[in-house]
Amino acid sequence: MIEQIDYWPMIFVFMLSTFIGVGVIRRVSRLLHTPLMSITNAISAIAVVGSIIVTGSEHPTPIRILGAIALFSSMTNIVSGFLITDRMLKMFKTQGPKVKNK
Amino acid sequence: MIEIFTQISYVLAAALFIFSLHWMNDPKTARHGVFAGVGGMLLAIIATWAQPAIIVHHVWIVIAIALGFVVGVPLSRVPLTAVPQRTALSHAFGGLAAGLVGTAEFFLWLNEAPHNLTTFRMTAIIAEIVLGYLTFTGSLMAAGKLQGVKWIPQRPVTYPLQNVTNIGLLLLAIGLGIALILNPAQAWSSTAFLAIIVLALLFGVLLIIPIGGADMPTVISILNAYAGLSAVAMGFVLNNKLLIIAGALDGSSGLILSIIMCKAMNRSFVNVLFGAFGQVQAAQVTGEEKVYKAETAEGAAQLLEQANLVVIIPGYGMAVSQAQHKVRELYDQLKKRDITVKFAIHPVAGRMPGHMNVLLAEAEIPYTDLVEMDEMNTDMPQCDVALVIGANDVVNPAARYDKTSPIYGMPIIDADKAKTVFAIKRSKNTGFAGIENELYFSDKTWMLFGDAKTVVGELVKHLS
Repeated sequence: MIEQIDYWPMIFVFMLSTFIGVGVIRRVSRLLHTPLMSITNAISAIAVVGSIIVTGSEHPTPIRILGAIALFSSMTNIVSGFLITDRMLKMFKTQGPKVKNK
Repeated sequence: MIEIFTQISYVLAAALFIFSLHWMNDPKTARHGVFAGVGGMLLAIIATWAQPAIIVHHVWIVIAIALGFVVGVPLSRVPLTAVPQRTALSHAFGGLAAGLVGTAEFFLWLNEAPHNLTTFRMTAIIAEIVLGYLTFTGSLMAAGKLQGVKWIPQRPVTYPLQNVTNIGLLLLAIGLGIALILNPAQAWSSTAFLAIIVLALLFGVLLIIPIGGADMPTVISILNAYAGLSAVAMGFVLNNKLLIIAGALDGSSGLILSIIMCKAMNRSFVNVLFGAFGQVQAAQVTGEEKVYKAETAEGAAQLLEQANLVVIIPGYGMAVSQAQHKVRELYDQLKKRDITVKFAIHPVAGRMPGHMNVLLAEAEIPYTDLVEMDEMNTDMPQCDVALVIGANDVVNPAARYDKTSPIYGMPIIDADKAKTVFAIKRSKNTGFAGIENELYFSDKTWMLFGDAKTVVGELVKHLS
């Protein structure tokens, strides 16, 4: 039996989310371009979803090994991406500790 | 029932991701963005994992996730000067994950249900593995170059017929891909598939070899877009709309950043990827010997003291010598005297978009004093002292009028419009692009030779 997949909705989703992405990201402060890159990195590690399915399903072992490596890579990106973004964002302050700034 | 729970979680996760990026528009709300992102990610992971019909092996998942933490946590603690490398490395991980999942899915279907390899799916799989694997090796190379790994040349490497070779390789991979898409389940399918993987891996390496350090902000952004697109392709393969949305968000972020970077250097994508910047210009012959005027830290400190508006223009040199904390002390000293101090940030200063801002924020300089190039340039004529710290090409006035200059047309910070310019420079060598900077020979410019950290330290000493 052939799995029938209606791919047109996916293409629409892709088109619309690209527009949303462009619209949202154009407004991101230039100050924050480095944290922006690290957070989008963490978010695109949503590939973790695909990796979990490949690793956890009833598949031959070599396939699951590939999945496990992919899962490890995605998880590394999620953990380090969110942690470092937060670490950087914490540093952005309007006032230094000693100097009065208006 | 479970299926409904999964889908609801995916919808919520997608919404949280969009909010996450939306909140990044202001440093005040940006940290909410991280929480939204983490929330979305947790929802997506739990919803995927909690499908008893699909997920039957848990041990491997737990081990892989644990290892991800083991590597991920130290990676998030790197010094901020190393953030560009870390970012490149995480693009590599992202590309690898996409490539591996694509490979796994292909062989799974090829062996068990070849009729499922429809034209659409095969196209998506090929796109996924080509983008994934080329991002993997390309980003590893970029990370290596940024880290200064010994066996990866820092300077651009060029050889005859370079572009022909690269494009030839890519066309070969695409040709094989099309053949596979049209005949997915043949005896030679797996061989062709593996050949495409090897070509993509090779192409990634060759693509980055000719690129120099000054182009890294653009390259990192482009690789970011590729990593996002490979996640989109994975979404098409797995029929998973959350993957498509998150991938598209990442892809558009990479795209926008690449455009900003290219504009800030007045170059096109094609030029960055195939231009081998830094190599061509090295051949330029410099004219007659010009003379620098050197100044002592003491003299510079005296002039700084009398200024009303000081604009500091940081560049990669500041990052290299880790001078940002000393710069902060200088900032404090000047502020104490009621002198207005602003930082003018060029979009391509540093090795990735926004790099300077993060370094200065780390030194606890209020972000309200970090000013974008265009905004700063309108105020430059009022500036009494422009202090250039380890920046070069971004303040070279030749970009404005010298059509023969490789940086002609690049927007610059108008340091030459300030009343006095002090430039801290490590040596008398030319900058990354290998071009003489006439700002340094101008009547109102004084050079402070030495390591940025030491020189700024001396300035601070004379001021206090």
